[in-house]
Amino acid sequence: MPLIPFYGIPMTALSPAIDQFERDYAAARKSALRINTVSTALFAVCFVAAAWIGGFFDMTDVTLSNGDRVSMWKIWAGLPRLGEYLYKTLPVLHWETLGSDIANWFWRWKVWLQLLLETILIAYMATLFGVVGAFLLSFPASRNLAPNRFVLNLTRRYLEIVRTVPELVWALIFVFCFGVGPLAGVLAIGLHATGALGKLYSEANENADMRPLEGIKASGGSWFDQIRYGIVPQVVPNIISYTLLRFEINVRASSIIGFVGAGGLGQEIRVAMSLQEYTDLSALFLIIFVTVIVIDTVSEKVRHRIIGLTGKGV
Amino acid sequence: MNKTPLSLDAARDLVPGAFGMPLQAKLVRIAAWSVFAALTGWCLWAFDFSPGRILEGLTRFGNVLSFMFPPHIWTTWQDWSEILKGLGETVAMAFMGTILGAIIAFPLAFLGAKNIMPFSWLRLSARRGFDALRAVEQIILALIFIRAFGLGPLAGILAIAVSEIGTFSKLFSEAIENTSKKPVDGVKASGGGNLQTIRFAILPQALPVILSIILYNFESNTRSGTILGIVGAGGIGFLLADRISAYKWPEAWTIIFLIILTVYVIDGFSGFLRKRIIGGQENGRQG
Repeated sequence: MPLIPFYGIPMTALSPAIDQFERDYAAARKSALRINTVSTALFAVCFVAAAWIGGFFDMTDVTLSNGDRVSMWKIWAGLPRLGEYLYKTLPVLHWETLGSDIANWFWRWKVWLQLLLETILIAYMATLFGVVGAFLLSFPASRNLAPNRFVLNLTRRYLEIVRTVPELVWALIFVFCFGVGPLAGVLAIGLHATGALGKLYSEANENADMRPLEGIKASGGSWFDQIRYGIVPQVVPNIISYTLLRFEINVRASSIIGFVGAGGLGQEIRVAMSLQEYTDLSALFLIIFVTVIVIDTVSEKVRHRIIGLTGKGV
Repeated sequence: MNKTPLSLDAARDLVPGAFGMPLQAKLVRIAAWSVFAALTGWCLWAFDFSPGRILEGLTRFGNVLSFMFPPHIWTTWQDWSEILKGLGETVAMAFMGTILGAIIAFPLAFLGAKNIMPFSWLRLSARRGFDALRAVEQIILALIFIRAFGLGPLAGILAIAVSEIGTFSKLFSEAIENTSKKPVDGVKASGGGNLQTIRFAILPQALPVILSIILYNFESNTRSGTILGIVGAGGIGFLLADRISAYKWPEAWTIIFLIILTVYVIDGFSGFLRKRIIGGQENGRQG
């Protein structure tokens, strides 16, 4: 006679309903256990495969300080080198000669300041480019406003493709087309921003209240009028908020876009790395870091002000 | 109906403030627009957006686009295996980097959560630490790791992992903060200690959100991880940059198509998993 688990009571002693419940419960537990086991095993296989492809088990030859060459795990051998590298980027500062040490650290500050300005302007122009493109495309890309399904799908796929391809890849392509310089960077970041912002804007459009539109339609407004007077006033706070966030992201993007020759501070980082000017790296990083913090703070203030004024937003 | 202009005039006389803007607001608006126009104009000049250059660039871009169709199909298995290995490496890098980042970020997230960490100085400094990790671009991290670990996917994985520690710790600690306090009180009332409270009251609420965050970031890392190869940190980006710098445009476009396809597949797969894990309900992810 089967016993009920934990209780030790024979099953027939209880009502059929409880009996059925116990059976169902046991079955549910069993299937949950099976699913867990299978998914854990799958995950473990994926993890080991990824680690193997990623070179976690690779060995490398290392020369020890006493001249012996030993084979050890790549990851283990790299850690001290990492610390060494990071240590080298730190500038030597003495309290007595602080002024001249800092001047020495930021020795190329004139060039860097110019490039920083260029970086910010690239981000500005790219944001402008992205905002205009995304704003125009967001209406055909929203489900409630698109004239027909074909236009909707076409715009959506376009936005998806331009945002899936990273900025640096667009920059590589545009550097070939437009030559080395900030123009290629602006177009690359702008194109990527179009895709990213277009998605957010069209989501804002889809969340908008449709009743004002119907009012305008009823009083004889065209599709354009409906959008101009029905949707735009509702979504402007969201649009401004998303745009400011994107500007911050674009400043970061434009600081590395120089790696492929598309202007901005990135080229200076690349040069410093290849010439092994270690302390320059920390100086450049500090410049970018401070800039991003300043832009973050300012745009947060602006965003809060705008949201506060209109009482709407994200 | 033609009385409207008359009554409009009358209304304008009656309440002058309701029509038109006050002078000060008008001036501010004019100033803002002229600053905007001047800045944009100056940028257009400084970056040399001359029509000739744009036209020339667009012609070239058109030429490059014309190589998109028909896409290049590699004929030998050797070529294919190289491309597939690159794609696999990118996905493996994103996977490994996301998992490692999540494993390290999970305990750190408790340091930054208001309802767990009572010492505000420790919590705030942990949060600033997360911010600093996030501030470094992945590609710069990749360059640093390449110096230490050599070219290859290992550097890419570590770059993704380190920047993900910053992102994950912040998002996880927000997920932990968003949990309800009622189960905590329940566990405490029945005599549970601090660790038991976390295990039985907070984790069951936070884990689905955390898993969904991990899936989202795996997706976004697959997207962003494709560029790490451009500087030599493994993955498909290296092959792409190589084709572009050799002007092998048809092959470059095919690689871009394959990247988009891979991201689509991962999108779909993680959407499916997310639905299964959090049971269809859209559980919070802000930002």
